[in-house]
Amino acid sequence: MLAFTLRRAIQAIGVMIAVGIISFSMFRFAGDPVNQMVGMDTSGAERAAIRKSLGLDDPVIVQFGRYIGNAAQFKFGVSYQFRLPVSNLLMERMPATLELAICATIFAMLCGILMGVYSALRRDSWLTHAFQAISLIGISLPTFLIGILMIYLFSVTLGWLPSFGRGDVVHIGWWTTGLLTLSGLKALIMPSITLGLFQMTLIMRLVRTEMLEVMRTDYIRFARARGLTTRAIHFGHALRNTLIPVITVAGLQFGSVIAFAIITETVFQWPGMGLLFVQAVQNVDIPIMAAYLMMVSLIFVTINLVVDILYTIVDPRLRSTISRAH
Amino acid sequence: MSVGRTLFAATLAGMLALAVSPASSQTLRYANQGELKSLDPYTLNESTTSAHLGHVYEGLVARGKDLKIVPALAESWETPEPTRWRFHLRKDVKFHNGDPFTADDVVFSADRVRAKGSNFQSRVPADAKVVKIDDYTVDFILTSPNPILTALWATWYIMDKKWAEANDAMAPTPAAATTPSYASLHENGTGAFTIDSHQPGVKTVFKANPNWWRKPEHNLKEIIFTPIANPATRVAALLSGEVDVIEPVPVQDIERVKASPNATVLTGPELRTIFVGMDQARDELLYSNVKGKNPFKDVRVREAVYRAIDVDLIKNRVMRGLSTPSALMVAPEIFASKDFTRPKLDPDAAKKLLADAGYPEGFEVTMDCPNDRYVNDAAICQAVVGMLARIGLKVELLAQPKAQYFAKVLKPGGYKTSFFMLGWTPDTLDSHNVLHDIMGCRDDPKDPNRGEANLAGYCNKQFDELADKVLLELDTAKRDLLIKQAWEISMKDWAYVPLHQQALAWGVSKKVKLTQRADNQVLLYWATKQDE
Repeated sequence: MLAFTLRRAIQAIGVMIAVGIISFSMFRFAGDPVNQMVGMDTSGAERAAIRKSLGLDDPVIVQFGRYIGNAAQFKFGVSYQFRLPVSNLLMERMPATLELAICATIFAMLCGILMGVYSALRRDSWLTHAFQAISLIGISLPTFLIGILMIYLFSVTLGWLPSFGRGDVVHIGWWTTGLLTLSGLKALIMPSITLGLFQMTLIMRLVRTEMLEVMRTDYIRFARARGLTTRAIHFGHALRNTLIPVITVAGLQFGSVIAFAIITETVFQWPGMGLLFVQAVQNVDIPIMAAYLMMVSLIFVTINLVVDILYTIVDPRLRSTISRAH
Repeated sequence: MSVGRTLFAATLAGMLALAVSPASSQTLRYANQGELKSLDPYTLNESTTSAHLGHVYEGLVARGKDLKIVPALAESWETPEPTRWRFHLRKDVKFHNGDPFTADDVVFSADRVRAKGSNFQSRVPADAKVVKIDDYTVDFILTSPNPILTALWATWYIMDKKWAEANDAMAPTPAAATTPSYASLHENGTGAFTIDSHQPGVKTVFKANPNWWRKPEHNLKEIIFTPIANPATRVAALLSGEVDVIEPVPVQDIERVKASPNATVLTGPELRTIFVGMDQARDELLYSNVKGKNPFKDVRVREAVYRAIDVDLIKNRVMRGLSTPSALMVAPEIFASKDFTRPKLDPDAAKKLLADAGYPEGFEVTMDCPNDRYVNDAAICQAVVGMLARIGLKVELLAQPKAQYFAKVLKPGGYKTSFFMLGWTPDTLDSHNVLHDIMGCRDDPKDPNRGEANLAGYCNKQFDELADKVLLELDTAKRDLLIKQAWEISMKDWAYVPLHQQALAWGVSKKVKLTQRADNQVLLYWATKQDE
C-alpha cells in the first residue's frame, strides 16, 4: 500500500515536471514581454537593459534551470505587468475563483441530480424531453456564448442581475467573500450557471443512465416485492447507489471547473485567477502564466492522487489487483 | 460592504443629496479595456496610463480641451535666452498629504524622470540643468534651443520630494522592478482626485480632492474605475447602466449603443495615424519570392502600392464611416494639411508602374499586421491584401496579437518585416517626432535614436537635414515651412502609405456630460453627472 502511494506520488512529480517543461517551451512563442512593459517609443538601449535585468538574455538552459528551481520552492517572482509578487496576486484572486467553482459545482450537482432522477423515472414526460434539450444545449453551446446571452437577457433587457464583477465583498482575514452581501450573491448567479452548465449536463446524463441501470437490478425488484413505498425505493435505495460514481466524477471534474473558469471569468470580468491568466497571456506576463499553469496542474494531480488512494481504501478488490500486478 | 451598510450609505447619500447642493455628490463608474498597472508616474509611457494618472498628478503645464498647452503647476514661463526657460510656480498648491509644492519638487522630479529605470527619460533633455532660483522659480538651462521643450510636459507629472524621501521612492520604479515600490502602489499628487483604494487589475477608487487649487468643473465625489477587457461585456455594462463611461466602444456596436435609451457614443477623429510601410532597407526582402533584389527599393513599386489602396473603401466598408483618410503621416490637428491631397487611387496606373519596374506578373510578399492593437486592424490589412491582388501583388497576411507582432517587427526583433501596418501618435503632438522616429535614417552614427520606429527603413539624407533644422527652429512660421518641405520630400519618395486617422468611440451614459479630447485621454475632471 505504501509502495503504491509512493509510486503514485513519484508519478505525480513526473507529471508536474512535464507540465513545467511544456509551459516553459510555450513561453518562448508568447512574444517579447519587454514590448508590453514600456511605451512604443522607448529606446533600444533602455529595452536591452530591461531584457538583461529580467534575465531574458541568458541561454535557454540557464533560464529553464532557474525557472524549475524557483517553481520547486513555490517562488514565482514578480509579475511583469503589476510589479507585485505573483504569489500575492494569485492568493488575492484565489478566493474569487474557488467561490465561483464551488458554487458552480453545487449548482451542477443539485440540478443535475434532480433532472437526472426525474428523467430516469418519467422517461416519456414532456419535462424529460425538455431536460434532454437543455442538456444538449449545455454540451454544445460554447461557454462564452451562453454567458453573453445571459448578460443580454438578465442585465441589459431585464436589469435583474449585474453584468460584470463580484459586487461588494467582505474580507475575512485574507479571504474575500461575496456570499455575505446581496450584490455579491446576485453577481454569483450568472457566472455560476455559465460555468456549471456543462457539468450539470454531464451529471444529469450520468445519473439518468446509472439510475436506469440500478432500477433493473435484483435488489430493487426485491424491495418492490417486499412492498416498500416507491419513494423509499427510488430515493433510499436506487439514488444512493447511483451517487457513488456521480461524486467521483464531480470530484474529478472540480479541477476542470477551475481551469474552465478562465472563459467564464473573462466574459463576466470576474476578478479571479483565470482572468489574471488571460490578461497575463495578452501581456506576455511569463511569471503569472508559469505560476498559474503549475498551480492548476498541481490541483489536478492532487485530486487524482487522492482519488486513487481513496479507491484502494474503499474498494478491497482494487488492492488485490495492485499487489498481483506488481 | 454589508447590506446594512450599503443601505445606510445609500440613505445617507440620498439625504445628503437633498440637504446639500448637488455639487460633488455623484459617483461616476468608468470601464476601460486596459487596466491601471502601476501608480508610479514614471514607469509606463503609454497614453491610457497617463490619462488615469492625470486625475491624480499634474505637470508644470497641461493640455486644454483643444490640446493647447496651458499653465498648470507653473503659472507662467518665459525664455530670456533661447537656451534658458524660466518657470514661475503656483504658490497655493499642496500635495495630497498636505506638503506644499515648491521648486525643490520640480528639481527632484526632473532628476527622477531622467534617472535609470524611468520610461519617460526624454521628457527633460539629459544634458539640461535644472536650477532652483527661489522657492517658486525654476530655470531649465539647455545646451541647444528647443522650441518644443514643454510639448511633453503635460504628462510629466511632478512628485513630492519629501514624500519620496520618506517612503524610499527616490528612484523611479523600473519596468523590470523585482520588488514592488511604494510609489507603484501609492500616490501623492496635486491633482483633482486622490486614490482611495487600488487593486491592480480589479478596481481603483478615486475620491475628489477637496483642497484642489483649481475650481472643479466636475461634480463628482468619486470615480470607480474597473477594467473590463471583454468588449461585449463592456458594452452590456454600459447599456444596463452599471457603468457610466466606457472606452472604447467596438465599431460594430456603435449604432446599437446610440439606439439605446440610456447611452450614446461620442465619436471624433483620433490623432493616431494608421499607415502601411514597405521594407526599403534590405537588398533582398525577407518574405518574398523575389530573390537577389528588393522590389520596394524601386520608387515605382511603392507608388503602385500607394495608388492601389482605396482608403475611401476602407473607410466605408471596414471602418463603417469612422475614419478620416489622410495624406500625411500626422493628423490635421498636428500639422494642418490643407496644402496636401492624397494622390489619386488608380489601379490601372499602378499595374503599369509595376510592369515598368519589371514586375508585369506582380510578386509575392508577406504582410505583418497586429490583430488586437488598432480599430479593426486585421480587417484593414485584409482589405489591403484584396486591393493589391487587383494589381497582381500576391500578399500573404500574417495577422498576430500585438505581443507577437511587435516582438517581430520592432527594432529589438530586428525589424523582421517586408510589408506591414502600424499606427502612431506623436506624443509631443508635433511633426518632428514622426520625421525623426518613423522617417529618419536608421543607423545614424551621430544620433542612434533616429529612425527607432522606422520599420520601413526609409532613408533620405536631405530629409534628415530638414528634420534637424525643424528641431532647432524657434520661429513658428519658418518652422512650419521646413516641416512642409519635409512632407513634400517624403511624398515624392512615396516613403509610406498613410491610410487614415481612426475614430475615437467612447460610450457615455446620457446622464453624463464629458469632453472628448482627440488624444483619446478620458479625463473625468471635465465630467458632470446628473442626479439619479
